[in-house]
Amino acid sequence: MTLAEAVLLTVITASTPLLIAAIGELLAERAGVLNLGVEGMMAVGAACAFAAAVSLDSTLGGFVAGAGAGMALSLVFAFAVLGVAANQVASGLALTILGLGLSGVIGAPFVGARRDPIAHLSLPGLTDLPFIGRPLFGQDPIVYLSFALAAAMAWFLFRTRGGLTLRAIGEDHASAHALGLPVLKARFLAILFGGACAGLAGAYLSLVYTRFWSPGMTGGRGWIALALVVFAAWRPGRALAGAYLFGLATVLQLHAQAGAIRLPSQLLSAMPYLVTILALVILAARDRRSTGAPASLGIPFVPDR
Amino acid sequence: MASEPSVDVDRAGGVPLVSMRGIVKRFGDFTANDGIDLDIRAGEIHALLGENGAGKSTLVKILYGLLQPSAGEILWSGRPVVLASPVAARSLGIGMVFQHFSLFENLTVAENIAAAMDQGLSLGAIAARVKEIGERYGLQLDPGRPVWTLSAGERQRIEIVRCLMQDPRLLVLDEPTSVLTPQEAERLFETLESLRDQGTAILYISHRLEEVRRLCTQATILRLGRKVGTVDPRSVSARQLAAMMVGAEVGEVRADAGPAGAPVLSVRDLSLPPASVHGIALRDVALEVRAGEIVGIAGIAGNGQSELFGALSGERPANAASTIVIDGVPVGLQGVNARRALGAAFVAEERLGHGAVPAHALSDNIVLTRHAEPGISRLGFLLPAAAKALAERVRTAFDVRAGRGDPAAATLSGGNLQKFVVGREMTRQPRLLVVNQPTWGVDAAAAALIRQALVDGAKAGAAILVISQDLDELFEISGRIAVIHDGRLSAPRPAGELTREAIGLLMGGSGEGAHAH
Amino acid sequence: MRIELVRRAHPSALARALAPLAALAVALALGALLISALGRSPAAAFDVYIRSQLTDPWALTELVIKATPLVLIAIGLSFCFRASLWNIGAEGQFVVGAIVATWLALSGFGASPWLLPALLILGAAGGALYALIPAILRVRFGVSEILTSLMLVYVAELLLDYLVRGPWRDPRGFNFPQTRLFSDAAMLPTFGDGGRLHLGVLIALVAVFVAWIVMSRTLFGYRLRVTGDAPRAARFAGFRPASTTLAVFAISGAMAGLAGIIEITGQMHQLRPAISPGYGFTAIIVAFLGRLHPVGILAAGLVLALTFIGGESAQIALKLPFDVTRAFQGLLLFCVLAADSLVTYRIRLVSAAGRPA
Repeated sequence: MTLAEAVLLTVITASTPLLIAAIGELLAERAGVLNLGVEGMMAVGAACAFAAAVSLDSTLGGFVAGAGAGMALSLVFAFAVLGVAANQVASGLALTILGLGLSGVIGAPFVGARRDPIAHLSLPGLTDLPFIGRPLFGQDPIVYLSFALAAAMAWFLFRTRGGLTLRAIGEDHASAHALGLPVLKARFLAILFGGACAGLAGAYLSLVYTRFWSPGMTGGRGWIALALVVFAAWRPGRALAGAYLFGLATVLQLHAQAGAIRLPSQLLSAMPYLVTILALVILAARDRRSTGAPASLGIPFVPDR
Repeated sequence: MASEPSVDVDRAGGVPLVSMRGIVKRFGDFTANDGIDLDIRAGEIHALLGENGAGKSTLVKILYGLLQPSAGEILWSGRPVVLASPVAARSLGIGMVFQHFSLFENLTVAENIAAAMDQGLSLGAIAARVKEIGERYGLQLDPGRPVWTLSAGERQRIEIVRCLMQDPRLLVLDEPTSVLTPQEAERLFETLESLRDQGTAILYISHRLEEVRRLCTQATILRLGRKVGTVDPRSVSARQLAAMMVGAEVGEVRADAGPAGAPVLSVRDLSLPPASVHGIALRDVALEVRAGEIVGIAGIAGNGQSELFGALSGERPANAASTIVIDGVPVGLQGVNARRALGAAFVAEERLGHGAVPAHALSDNIVLTRHAEPGISRLGFLLPAAAKALAERVRTAFDVRAGRGDPAAATLSGGNLQKFVVGREMTRQPRLLVVNQPTWGVDAAAAALIRQALVDGAKAGAAILVISQDLDELFEISGRIAVIHDGRLSAPRPAGELTREAIGLLMGGSGEGAHAH
Repeated sequence: MRIELVRRAHPSALARALAPLAALAVALALGALLISALGRSPAAAFDVYIRSQLTDPWALTELVIKATPLVLIAIGLSFCFRASLWNIGAEGQFVVGAIVATWLALSGFGASPWLLPALLILGAAGGALYALIPAILRVRFGVSEILTSLMLVYVAELLLDYLVRGPWRDPRGFNFPQTRLFSDAAMLPTFGDGGRLHLGVLIALVAVFVAWIVMSRTLFGYRLRVTGDAPRAARFAGFRPASTTLAVFAISGAMAGLAGIIEITGQMHQLRPAISPGYGFTAIIVAFLGRLHPVGILAAGLVLALTFIGGESAQIALKLPFDVTRAFQGLLLFCVLAADSLVTYRIRLVSAAGRPA
């Protein structure tokens, strides 16, 4: 295996959770809901997935549990921001704090346990192709799922009636309500989907990326996924590109740490956050007037009665 | 009301297409609709008349399934129906054209139509039908254009086409002409008449009496949530209709203008790029307002009025200091408080959220525009007692009816809050007053009081600039009138030399000698 | 069946005042559920988390010491939140304030009486400058301050880690990642029970009083209320949003930085890789539980401090992970937000046909 091939394989593993979480948040934000709790849902997803995978000795069971846990946590958020129209920013922070706490409680008994590597696709002939074989035809199922998710999201948003309804609701919830579009229902479903995606992304971290659980293992990836949605201008295709650019940056930093680059390791560890800030600034500076954000994003909706 | 004309005359027999029976709608302890009956027949244009706050919007929202009545029933071709949602209303054949368009700025025309279609149609099929309907009714639209690039008239066309796509049996239009030039309004009437002739029932909501008399054969009048009666509007005068709406004669504004003095506000070469993607650019605006005169600016909403107001008030700095001069001082780059210090005062269009903070008490809202005055704050500290006293003065001087104590701005009715907001500025005795939409959404009595206050202010020597969509209002109080269209301002001309038609052409952007310089 | 919200015509002032207490009660009930789900007795947990803390003088002192940074940071954050601006990076500003002031403390200025005031000022300045980064990015480029202020927390923590393991490590510290101990002149004066209460407690009380005056009596406080409640009206009043943003971020950053250096000069007397158990994030909850009112924040600071010391005791007495406390804090914030909302709206259940059930 060449170094470039090894880098590419780690990039895929590093990018996949970011992509899945970003796609989920993208849908919620397209519906007009800003859920800042991605980090918390991811953490709970990681802990529940690992706990379930170890207890059931089933990786599939782990992924299902991770997605389910993320979705369950997002229900709490949905109740706050839709049920009682609470402030979305503060509720998202509450979700993050709650999720990080719960993940610690759930994961604590499993510290020290390890999982075996997940099965990868293996197509005789194709997987063995030089250089492109492993990256294209030798990945784990979740990687393919993440690509399918991005494609399905693009198709749903821009090619289906449901997607049109959802975008309309995110653009202007008052108009949508006046036309009889189901504002709260669409937002509810979008929040749950976002929760499931964040949970799945967390599951990927603990079951594939590290294969063990440790406290705080999400390490801000939920926040980076949130930034990716902004960076992607709320478009699934660009979210995919952004996640892989970001994954590449993270992996290069890891390789730099392992290699002979004489920089403090902390500076290299800080790169993802600094790069995110820089990306947000460049994006905002390019067009100050339009970022592509749904116009109703973050605004609570309470119909007249 | 002894002179009330023949109430409840049935023009044609048979079962009405829709009958609303004893409709009651309560919001908490406020009754918006109190036992209202309304019959609309196929092939008739039925007017729903009433002042702001009379309960028209509530009744129409019930008819479109957006609100559920607290009591009463709705019959459709004689059978009772429950309209649980707009989807249910549309499936019966009810179409609605909203006053505040329910459109999505960033979506295309076709997407906007598809979003409201209950049967799934591809965007291509929708585009084809849009074209077909456009040709049949003279409502041309480009399906691929994003809505934010369209004028108000074109946007209304989307709303109408969106209804016609579903072959409605009842079409409801809420104040449709408020965003149209007189010429565009005439074209709309022709479309509505051709729909009527094909048997569509039309409910036409308006407070413009002349157009109701021109178009409608039945008119139901609401006042304070109750039905006053149903008349044939062609058989009564506009004055009689107005009396039924208001319940009392509204005094006329005495607008005897004095001689104009020295210029207080001079605007030259004012150009500003749009503040947001969907905004309008101001282009080479020039204008002069003299002490003692009222200058009116007419125009359809969204043609740069709020941008002009923002530039004049200083909420957004202009392109150069010299483009805006107040009392000889170039203030183009100064903020709003520097301009207030020169004796300027401003009344914003949006009362709640711009001219006043909804959740704050009236005395706190006094502070909003007057905090720089020595009586209201000292060395950075507030003087709440002074603000309370001033709020009380404004309430007395402008007959602001509000709850006891120091109520929040949001609890006032539109008319009372507008009187408060205008009064807050007028009690300063400003040298210059810039007002955007002084009586928008305000009841007739409050509107008359506000117009009189403006006229009296000018008589006392203030230079007053009134931006308004209401042509009647501008003709009533202004000495000179200019028209704003797509960010350009025509040269102001004496009101006496102008006709509604000439202004209408300028509002549509096609008047002769349109622009200043 | 579905839930509908109906705006209350006249939100009651009493309900508004009681909402935080109701939220606290509901959060405690949910916390008891969580504890029983973990197989512990809620009664025993109540004893460890609350009763024993409030009856033990040593724990009460500890409570005040822990509440000090929470109150200081939350007071600063309340300026931001009042104006609807979201500084969620106070944790980072806390760290940077401590770092900047420590630079002076370690640079050997000896026993000058000016050292301590200079340290406090530097801490506040460091926090303020660090908070101005997201503020400037927002004002200049329109970047959301939420994500940038949060990202900078990770950066600040890594900077601290680098310093205490690298250039600032105590050469005689047996290779522990920590700085030299501060000189006596760089320690806050102490008083009270065993000399554990320090001057920072009084500074926090002064901050509460000053914030109360500023919020309720000054034009600046008015400006923040208007900016938060109606941004367009604020512009109409001539309050430029850019300067409001810069001001509140500078204030909240300064308070967080001040809390950071007070924690170091009053408690730890040296820098270590981790100097905060998450004060900057918990202070967000303190600010909301205190309804953004300085006096409320003082009370809420004590409540949240109790969760910290209770959580520490429970680790030993009940073998419960400290994360139980974090989860409880998250639940508490949810309950506070929901309670606030229910003061404005009332919930109505509606049957499928659309009529009130």
